[in-house]
Amino acid sequence: MSSKNLKLFTTPFNLQNPVTVQVLGICSALAVTVKLKPAIVMGLSVTIVTAFSNLIISYMRDYIPPRIRIIVQLVVVAALVILVDQILRAFVYDVSKQLSVYVGLIITNCIIMGRLEAYAMGNKPWPSFVDGLGNGAGYAMILIIIGFTRELLGSGSLLGHHVVPNAFFQAGYMNNGMMIMPPMALIVVGLIIWIQRSKNPELIESK
Amino acid sequence: MQEYINIIIKAIFTENMIFAFFLGMCSYLAVSKTVKTSLGLGIAVIFVQMVTVPINYLLLEKVLKPGALTWLGSSFSEVDLTFLSFMIYIATIAAMVQLVEMIVEKFSPSLYNSLGIFLPLIAVNCAILAGSLFMEQREYQNIGEVLSFSFGSGFGWALAIVTLAAIRERIRYSNIPAPLRGLGITFIITGLLGIAFMSFMGIKL
Repeated sequence: MSSKNLKLFTTPFNLQNPVTVQVLGICSALAVTVKLKPAIVMGLSVTIVTAFSNLIISYMRDYIPPRIRIIVQLVVVAALVILVDQILRAFVYDVSKQLSVYVGLIITNCIIMGRLEAYAMGNKPWPSFVDGLGNGAGYAMILIIIGFTRELLGSGSLLGHHVVPNAFFQAGYMNNGMMIMPPMALIVVGLIIWIQRSKNPELIESK
Repeated sequence: MQEYINIIIKAIFTENMIFAFFLGMCSYLAVSKTVKTSLGLGIAVIFVQMVTVPINYLLLEKVLKPGALTWLGSSFSEVDLTFLSFMIYIATIAAMVQLVEMIVEKFSPSLYNSLGIFLPLIAVNCAILAGSLFMEQREYQNIGEVLSFSFGSGFGWALAIVTLAAIRERIRYSNIPAPLRGLGITFIITGLLGIAFMSFMGIKL
Protein backbone atom coordinates (compact mmCIF):
# COMPACT_ATOMS: atom_id res chain seq x y z
CA MET A 1 0.00 0.00 0.00
CA SER A 2 1.47 3.34 -1.02
CA SER A 3 1.95 6.10 1.53
CA LYS A 4 -0.93 8.12 0.03
CA ASN A 5 -3.31 5.21 0.43
CA LEU A 6 -1.99 4.55 3.92
CA LYS A 7 -2.80 8.15 4.83
CA LEU A 8 -6.32 7.71 3.40
CA PHE A 9 -6.71 4.72 5.68
CA THR A 10 -5.35 6.25 8.89
CA THR A 11 -6.76 9.82 9.00
CA PRO A 12 -10.31 8.60 9.77
CA PHE A 13 -9.01 7.09 13.01
CA ASN A 14 -8.23 10.41 14.62
CA LEU A 15 -8.24 13.79 12.84
CA GLN A 16 -11.07 12.95 10.41
CA ASN A 17 -12.97 10.47 12.56
CA PRO A 18 -16.45 10.04 11.10
CA VAL A 19 -18.22 9.94 14.48
CA THR A 20 -16.43 12.42 16.72
CA VAL A 21 -15.18 14.94 14.15
CA GLN A 22 -17.41 14.76 11.09
CA VAL A 23 -20.52 13.90 13.20
CA LEU A 24 -21.79 11.24 10.79
CA GLY A 25 -23.51 7.96 11.53
CA ILE A 26 -24.30 8.78 15.14
CA CYS A 27 -27.67 7.02 15.27
CA SER A 28 -26.42 3.47 15.14
CA ALA A 29 -23.20 4.28 16.98
CA LEU A 30 -25.21 4.98 20.11
CA ALA A 31 -27.98 2.45 19.87
CA VAL A 32 -26.05 -0.80 19.47
CA THR A 33 -23.37 -0.21 22.08
CA VAL A 34 -24.98 -1.53 25.26
CA LYS A 35 -22.87 -4.69 24.83
CA LEU A 36 -19.53 -5.19 23.14
CA LYS A 37 -20.53 -8.00 20.78
CA PRO A 38 -23.26 -6.21 18.80
CA ALA A 39 -20.95 -3.18 18.64
CA ILE A 40 -18.23 -5.28 16.97
CA VAL A 41 -20.68 -6.92 14.55
CA MET A 42 -22.19 -3.54 13.65
CA GLY A 43 -18.76 -1.99 13.14
CA LEU A 44 -17.75 -4.83 10.81
CA SER A 45 -21.00 -4.65 8.82
CA VAL A 46 -20.71 -0.91 8.30
CA THR A 47 -17.04 -1.24 7.27
CA ILE A 48 -17.91 -3.86 4.67
CA VAL A 49 -20.86 -1.91 3.27
CA THR A 50 -18.90 1.37 3.14
CA ALA A 51 -15.88 -0.20 1.43
CA PHE A 52 -17.83 -2.13 -1.19
CA SER A 53 -20.37 0.61 -1.96
CA ASN A 54 -17.44 3.00 -2.46
CA LEU A 55 -15.83 0.47 -4.81
CA ILE A 56 -19.00 -0.16 -6.85
CA ILE A 57 -20.02 3.50 -7.11
CA SER A 58 -16.47 4.44 -8.07
CA TYR A 59 -16.57 1.95 -10.97
CA MET A 60 -19.97 3.36 -12.03
CA ARG A 61 -19.16 7.04 -11.45
CA ASP A 62 -18.80 7.99 -15.14
CA TYR A 63 -22.10 6.38 -16.10
CA ILE A 64 -24.39 7.78 -13.35
CA PRO A 65 -26.47 10.78 -14.50
CA PRO A 66 -25.89 13.46 -11.83
CA ARG A 67 -29.60 14.23 -11.39
CA ILE A 68 -30.55 10.78 -10.16
CA ARG A 69 -27.30 9.89 -8.39
CA ILE A 70 -28.85 9.78 -4.90
CA ILE A 71 -31.35 7.10 -5.91
CA VAL A 72 -28.64 5.07 -7.70
CA GLN A 73 -26.45 5.29 -4.60
CA LEU A 74 -29.30 4.30 -2.30
CA VAL A 75 -30.11 1.26 -4.45
CA VAL A 76 -26.49 0.05 -4.45
CA VAL A 77 -26.23 0.54 -0.68
CA ALA A 78 -29.62 -1.12 -0.06
CA ALA A 79 -28.58 -4.17 -2.08
CA LEU A 80 -25.36 -4.54 -0.04
CA VAL A 81 -27.27 -4.08 3.23
CA ILE A 82 -29.77 -6.78 2.25
CA LEU A 83 -26.80 -9.12 1.69
CA VAL A 84 -25.30 -8.26 5.08
CA ASP A 85 -28.69 -8.66 6.78
CA GLN A 86 -29.29 -12.09 5.27
CA ILE A 87 -25.76 -13.23 6.21
CA LEU A 88 -26.18 -12.02 9.80
CA ARG A 89 -29.54 -13.79 10.07
CA ALA A 90 -28.01 -17.01 8.77
CA PHE A 91 -24.88 -17.12 10.92
CA VAL A 92 -25.32 -14.95 14.07
CA TYR A 93 -29.08 -14.93 14.57
CA ASP A 94 -29.02 -13.75 18.20
CA VAL A 95 -26.90 -10.70 17.39
CA SER A 96 -29.09 -9.97 14.37
CA LYS A 97 -32.11 -9.96 16.72
CA GLN A 98 -30.35 -7.55 19.11
CA LEU A 99 -29.44 -5.18 16.28
CA SER A 100 -33.11 -5.22 15.13
CA VAL A 101 -33.90 -2.24 12.88
CA TYR A 102 -30.39 -0.84 13.02
CA VAL A 103 -29.11 -3.25 10.35
CA GLY A 104 -31.65 -1.81 7.93
CA LEU A 105 -30.67 1.66 9.04
CA ILE A 106 -27.15 1.15 7.66
CA ILE A 107 -28.77 2.25 4.37
CA THR A 108 -29.30 5.75 5.71
CA ASN A 109 -26.05 5.82 7.65
CA CYS A 110 -24.64 9.22 6.77
CA ILE A 111 -21.04 7.94 6.71
CA ILE A 112 -21.79 5.84 3.66
CA MET A 113 -23.66 8.54 1.74
CA GLY A 114 -21.04 11.08 2.80
CA ARG A 115 -18.13 9.01 1.52
CA LEU A 116 -19.94 8.19 -1.71
CA GLU A 117 -20.65 11.85 -2.40
CA ALA A 118 -17.36 13.26 -1.17
CA TYR A 119 -14.93 10.62 -2.38
CA ALA A 120 -16.16 7.76 -4.55
CA MET A 121 -17.88 10.00 -7.09
CA GLY A 122 -14.55 11.61 -8.00
CA ASN A 123 -11.82 9.05 -7.44
CA LYS A 124 -10.48 5.77 -8.80
CA PRO A 125 -11.85 2.46 -7.46
CA TRP A 126 -8.87 1.28 -5.38
CA PRO A 127 -8.32 4.53 -3.39
CA SER A 128 -12.11 4.71 -2.89
CA PHE A 129 -12.11 1.19 -1.49
CA VAL A 130 -9.30 2.07 0.93
CA ASP A 131 -11.09 5.29 1.91
CA GLY A 132 -14.28 3.34 2.64
CA LEU A 133 -12.33 0.77 4.63
CA GLY A 134 -10.63 3.49 6.70
CA ASN A 135 -13.83 5.37 7.46
CA GLY A 136 -15.67 2.19 8.37
CA ALA A 137 -12.81 1.18 10.66
CA GLY A 138 -12.72 4.63 12.29
CA TYR A 139 -16.44 4.26 13.00
CA ALA A 140 -15.96 0.70 14.28
CA MET A 141 -13.22 1.92 16.63
CA ILE A 142 -15.51 4.44 18.34
CA LEU A 143 -18.27 1.81 18.57
CA ILE A 144 -15.90 -0.64 20.24
CA ILE A 145 -14.67 1.98 22.74
CA ILE A 146 -18.26 2.88 23.71
CA GLY A 147 -19.35 -0.76 23.81
CA PHE A 148 -16.35 -1.70 25.95
CA THR A 149 -17.00 1.11 28.46
CA ARG A 150 -20.73 0.50 28.71
CA GLU A 151 -20.55 -3.26 29.05
CA LEU A 152 -17.66 -3.15 31.55
CA LEU A 153 -19.23 -0.51 33.81
CA GLY A 154 -22.88 -1.41 33.20
CA SER A 155 -22.86 -5.19 33.41
CA GLY A 156 -19.36 -5.94 34.75
CA SER A 157 -18.68 -8.26 31.82
CA LEU A 158 -16.97 -8.26 28.41
CA LEU A 159 -18.37 -10.22 25.45
CA GLY A 160 -20.67 -11.90 27.98
CA HIS A 161 -17.87 -13.15 30.28
CA HIS A 162 -17.70 -11.78 33.80
CA VAL A 163 -14.47 -9.86 34.28
CA VAL A 164 -15.09 -7.88 37.45
CA PRO A 165 -13.97 -10.24 40.24
CA ASN A 166 -16.54 -11.31 42.85
CA ALA A 167 -14.33 -9.92 45.61
CA PHE A 168 -15.12 -6.43 44.30
CA PHE A 169 -18.85 -7.02 44.65
CA GLN A 170 -18.40 -8.33 48.19
CA ALA A 171 -16.43 -5.19 49.01
CA GLY A 172 -19.44 -3.11 47.98
CA TYR A 173 -18.80 -2.48 44.25
CA MET A 174 -21.98 -2.17 42.16
CA ASN A 175 -22.68 -2.27 38.45
CA ASN A 176 -23.71 1.16 37.20
CA GLY A 177 -27.26 0.60 35.96
CA MET A 178 -27.29 4.01 34.30
CA MET A 179 -24.68 2.79 31.78
CA ILE A 180 -27.22 0.43 30.23
CA MET A 181 -29.71 3.25 29.70
CA PRO A 182 -29.72 5.04 26.32
CA PRO A 183 -28.78 8.54 27.58
CA MET A 184 -25.41 7.37 28.93
CA ALA A 185 -24.27 6.50 25.39
CA LEU A 186 -24.54 10.19 24.50
CA ILE A 187 -22.62 11.25 27.58
CA VAL A 188 -19.86 8.68 26.89
CA VAL A 189 -19.49 10.06 23.33
CA GLY A 190 -19.36 13.58 24.80
CA LEU A 191 -16.51 12.47 27.09
CA ILE A 192 -14.64 10.77 24.21
CA ILE A 193 -14.89 14.02 22.24
CA TRP A 194 -13.61 15.93 25.26
CA ILE A 195 -10.55 13.67 25.60
CA GLN A 196 -9.84 13.63 21.86
CA ARG A 197 -10.03 17.40 21.53
CA SER A 198 -7.84 18.11 24.50
CA LYS A 199 -5.19 15.85 22.88
CA ASN A 200 -5.65 17.54 19.47
CA PRO A 201 -6.15 21.28 20.10
CA GLU A 202 -6.58 21.96 16.35
CA LEU A 203 -10.00 20.26 16.56
CA ILE A 204 -11.39 22.72 19.14
CA GLU A 205 -14.29 24.74 17.75
CA SER A 206 -13.96 28.52 17.77
CA LYS A 207 -16.51 30.44 19.77
CA MET B 1 -59.99 6.15 20.28
CA GLN B 2 -58.12 5.56 23.51
CA GLU B 3 -55.61 3.16 21.99
CA TYR B 4 -54.75 5.68 19.30
CA ILE B 5 -54.01 8.38 21.87
CA ASN B 6 -52.03 5.81 23.80
CA ILE B 7 -49.86 5.07 20.75
CA ILE B 8 -49.30 8.78 20.15
CA ILE B 9 -48.28 9.47 23.76
CA LYS B 10 -45.99 6.45 23.74
CA ALA B 11 -44.32 7.49 20.49
CA ILE B 12 -43.79 11.06 21.68
CA PHE B 13 -42.56 10.52 25.21
CA THR B 14 -41.54 7.00 26.21
CA GLU B 15 -40.29 5.80 22.83
CA ASN B 16 -39.01 9.11 21.57
CA MET B 17 -37.08 8.70 18.31
CA ILE B 18 -34.15 10.77 19.59
CA PHE B 19 -33.88 10.04 23.29
CA ALA B 20 -34.73 6.34 23.29
CA PHE B 21 -33.49 5.20 19.87
CA PHE B 22 -31.03 7.91 18.70
CA LEU B 23 -32.63 8.12 15.27
CA GLY B 24 -32.06 11.09 13.00
CA MET B 25 -29.13 12.24 15.11
CA CYS B 26 -27.12 13.60 12.18
CA SER B 27 -29.56 16.30 11.18
CA TYR B 28 -30.59 16.69 14.85
CA LEU B 29 -27.04 17.77 15.73
CA ALA B 30 -26.33 19.68 12.53
CA VAL B 31 -29.52 21.76 12.21
CA SER B 32 -30.22 22.56 15.87
CA LYS B 33 -28.32 25.84 16.00
CA THR B 34 -31.39 28.14 15.94
CA VAL B 35 -35.01 27.55 16.94
CA LYS B 36 -36.40 28.87 13.66
CA THR B 37 -34.64 26.45 11.30
CA SER B 38 -35.10 23.52 13.62
CA LEU B 39 -38.84 24.21 13.76
CA GLY B 40 -38.90 24.14 9.95
CA LEU B 41 -37.09 20.82 9.82
CA GLY B 42 -39.29 19.41 12.58
CA ILE B 43 -42.47 20.23 10.67
CA ALA B 44 -41.00 18.74 7.48
CA VAL B 45 -40.20 15.50 9.35
CA ILE B 46 -43.75 15.22 10.78
CA PHE B 47 -45.13 15.78 7.29
CA VAL B 48 -42.93 13.25 5.48
CA GLN B 49 -43.34 10.70 8.27
CA MET B 50 -47.14 10.90 8.00
CA VAL B 51 -46.94 10.36 4.23
CA THR B 52 -44.35 7.58 3.98
CA VAL B 53 -45.20 5.30 6.91
CA PRO B 54 -48.87 4.69 5.89
CA ILE B 55 -47.80 4.12 2.26
CA ASN B 56 -45.16 1.62 3.32
CA TYR B 57 -47.75 -0.03 5.56
CA LEU B 58 -50.07 -0.52 2.59
CA LEU B 59 -47.18 -1.85 0.48
CA LEU B 60 -46.28 -4.28 3.24
CA GLU B 61 -49.86 -5.49 3.64
CA LYS B 62 -50.73 -5.75 -0.04
CA VAL B 63 -47.43 -6.71 -1.72
CA LEU B 64 -44.64 -7.87 0.55
CA LYS B 65 -46.08 -10.05 3.31
CA PRO B 66 -46.36 -13.81 2.83
CA GLY B 67 -49.78 -14.36 1.31
CA ALA B 68 -50.30 -10.66 0.61
CA LEU B 69 -50.34 -11.20 -3.14
CA THR B 70 -53.41 -13.47 -3.02
CA TRP B 71 -55.42 -10.71 -4.72
CA LEU B 72 -53.44 -11.47 -7.89
CA GLY B 73 -54.64 -15.06 -7.92
CA SER B 74 -54.35 -18.10 -5.68
CA SER B 75 -51.03 -19.19 -7.22
CA PHE B 76 -49.39 -16.14 -5.60
CA SER B 77 -50.50 -16.99 -2.06
CA GLU B 78 -47.14 -18.64 -1.23
CA VAL B 79 -44.95 -15.70 -2.32
CA ASP B 80 -42.96 -14.02 0.47
CA LEU B 81 -41.23 -10.81 -0.55
CA THR B 82 -40.36 -9.46 2.91
CA PHE B 83 -36.62 -9.74 2.19
CA LEU B 84 -37.12 -6.85 -0.26
CA SER B 85 -38.62 -4.56 2.37
CA PHE B 86 -35.52 -2.37 2.88
CA MET B 87 -35.26 -1.67 -0.83
CA ILE B 88 -38.99 -0.96 -1.23
CA TYR B 89 -39.12 1.32 1.83
CA ILE B 90 -36.14 3.43 0.85
CA ALA B 91 -37.36 3.71 -2.73
CA THR B 92 -40.80 4.84 -1.50
CA ILE B 93 -39.20 7.37 0.82
CA ALA B 94 -36.88 8.80 -1.83
CA ALA B 95 -39.72 8.99 -4.36
CA MET B 96 -42.22 10.48 -1.87
CA VAL B 97 -39.76 13.12 -0.71
CA GLN B 98 -39.20 14.14 -4.32
CA LEU B 99 -42.96 14.19 -4.94
CA VAL B 100 -43.76 16.13 -1.79
CA GLU B 101 -41.09 18.65 -2.73
CA MET B 102 -42.62 19.18 -6.18
CA ILE B 103 -46.19 19.46 -4.84
CA VAL B 104 -45.25 21.91 -2.11
CA GLU B 105 -43.24 23.99 -4.59
CA LYS B 106 -46.21 24.16 -6.96
CA PHE B 107 -49.01 24.90 -4.51
CA SER B 108 -47.42 26.71 -1.61
CA PRO B 109 -44.25 28.60 -2.54
CA SER B 110 -44.03 30.26 0.88
CA LEU B 111 -44.01 26.90 2.69
CA TYR B 112 -41.52 25.64 0.09
CA ASN B 113 -39.18 28.52 0.80
CA SER B 114 -39.20 27.82 4.51
CA LEU B 115 -38.85 24.03 4.17
CA GLY B 116 -37.04 23.95 0.82
CA ILE B 117 -33.51 23.15 1.83
CA PHE B 118 -34.57 20.55 4.38
CA LEU B 119 -36.81 18.40 2.25
CA PRO B 120 -34.06 16.65 0.22
CA LEU B 121 -32.10 16.08 3.44
CA ILE B 122 -35.00 14.11 4.86
CA ALA B 123 -34.62 11.25 2.36
CA VAL B 124 -31.53 10.13 4.26
CA ASN B 125 -32.84 10.96 7.74
CA CYS B 126 -32.79 7.66 9.63
CA ALA B 127 -35.87 8.61 11.67
CA ILE B 128 -37.99 8.31 8.53
CA LEU B 129 -36.73 4.89 7.47
CA ALA B 130 -36.88 3.75 11.09
CA GLY B 131 -40.54 4.80 11.23
CA SER B 132 -41.29 2.28 8.50
CA LEU B 133 -39.07 -0.41 10.02
CA PHE B 134 -40.66 -0.03 13.47
CA MET B 135 -44.08 -0.13 11.82
CA GLU B 136 -43.14 -3.53 10.38
CA GLN B 137 -41.52 -4.81 13.57
CA ARG B 138 -44.31 -3.78 15.96
CA GLU B 139 -47.07 -5.17 13.75
CA TYR B 140 -49.66 -2.42 14.04
CA GLN B 141 -53.12 -3.78 13.37
CA ASN B 142 -54.82 -1.16 11.19
CA ILE B 143 -54.23 2.06 9.33
CA GLY B 144 -55.48 4.18 12.25
CA GLU B 145 -52.77 2.83 14.55
CA VAL B 146 -50.15 3.35 11.84
CA LEU B 147 -51.27 6.95 11.33
CA SER B 148 -51.16 7.70 15.05
CA PHE B 149 -47.71 6.11 15.34
CA SER B 150 -46.35 8.09 12.40
CA PHE B 151 -47.71 11.36 13.79
CA GLY B 152 -46.41 10.62 17.29
CA SER B 153 -42.91 9.67 16.21
CA GLY B 154 -42.59 12.68 13.91
CA PHE B 155 -43.90 15.02 16.60
CA GLY B 156 -41.56 13.56 19.20
CA TRP B 157 -38.61 14.18 16.90
CA ALA B 158 -39.72 17.78 16.25
CA LEU B 159 -40.18 18.38 19.99
CA ALA B 160 -36.68 17.08 20.71
CA ILE B 161 -34.92 19.19 18.08
CA VAL B 162 -36.75 22.40 19.06
CA THR B 163 -35.92 21.84 22.74
CA LEU B 164 -32.25 21.29 21.96
CA ALA B 165 -32.12 24.35 19.69
CA ALA B 166 -33.58 26.54 22.44
CA ILE B 167 -30.97 25.30 24.92
CA ARG B 168 -28.12 25.76 22.42
CA GLU B 169 -29.18 29.35 21.73
CA ARG B 170 -28.80 30.05 25.44
CA ILE B 171 -25.64 28.06 26.09
CA ARG B 172 -23.67 30.25 23.70
CA TYR B 173 -23.26 32.73 26.56
CA SER B 174 -21.85 30.32 29.10
CA ASN B 175 -18.23 29.46 29.73
CA ILE B 176 -17.65 25.87 28.61
CA PRO B 177 -14.23 24.11 28.73
CA ALA B 178 -12.66 24.69 25.31
CA PRO B 179 -12.46 21.02 24.14
CA LEU B 180 -16.15 20.51 24.95
CA ARG B 181 -17.29 23.57 23.02
CA GLY B 182 -19.83 22.92 20.27
CA LEU B 183 -20.26 19.24 19.61
CA GLY B 184 -19.13 17.79 22.95
CA ILE B 185 -21.49 19.78 25.13
CA THR B 186 -24.35 19.15 22.69
CA PHE B 187 -23.96 15.41 23.20
CA ILE B 188 -23.95 15.81 26.97
CA ILE B 189 -27.02 18.09 26.91
CA THR B 190 -28.84 15.52 24.79
CA GLY B 191 -27.87 12.84 27.30
CA LEU B 192 -29.27 14.89 30.17
CA LEU B 193 -32.46 15.60 28.20
CA GLY B 194 -32.72 11.85 27.62
CA ILE B 195 -32.48 11.21 31.37
CA ALA B 196 -35.26 13.75 31.88
CA PHE B 197 -37.41 11.98 29.29
CA MET B 198 -36.83 8.66 31.07
CA SER B 199 -39.15 9.91 33.79
CA PHE B 200 -42.05 9.42 31.35
CA MET B 201 -41.31 5.69 31.26
CA GLY B 202 -44.27 3.49 32.02
CA ILE B 203 -46.92 6.13 31.37
CA LYS B 204 -50.06 4.51 30.05
CA LEU B 205 -53.50 5.97 29.47
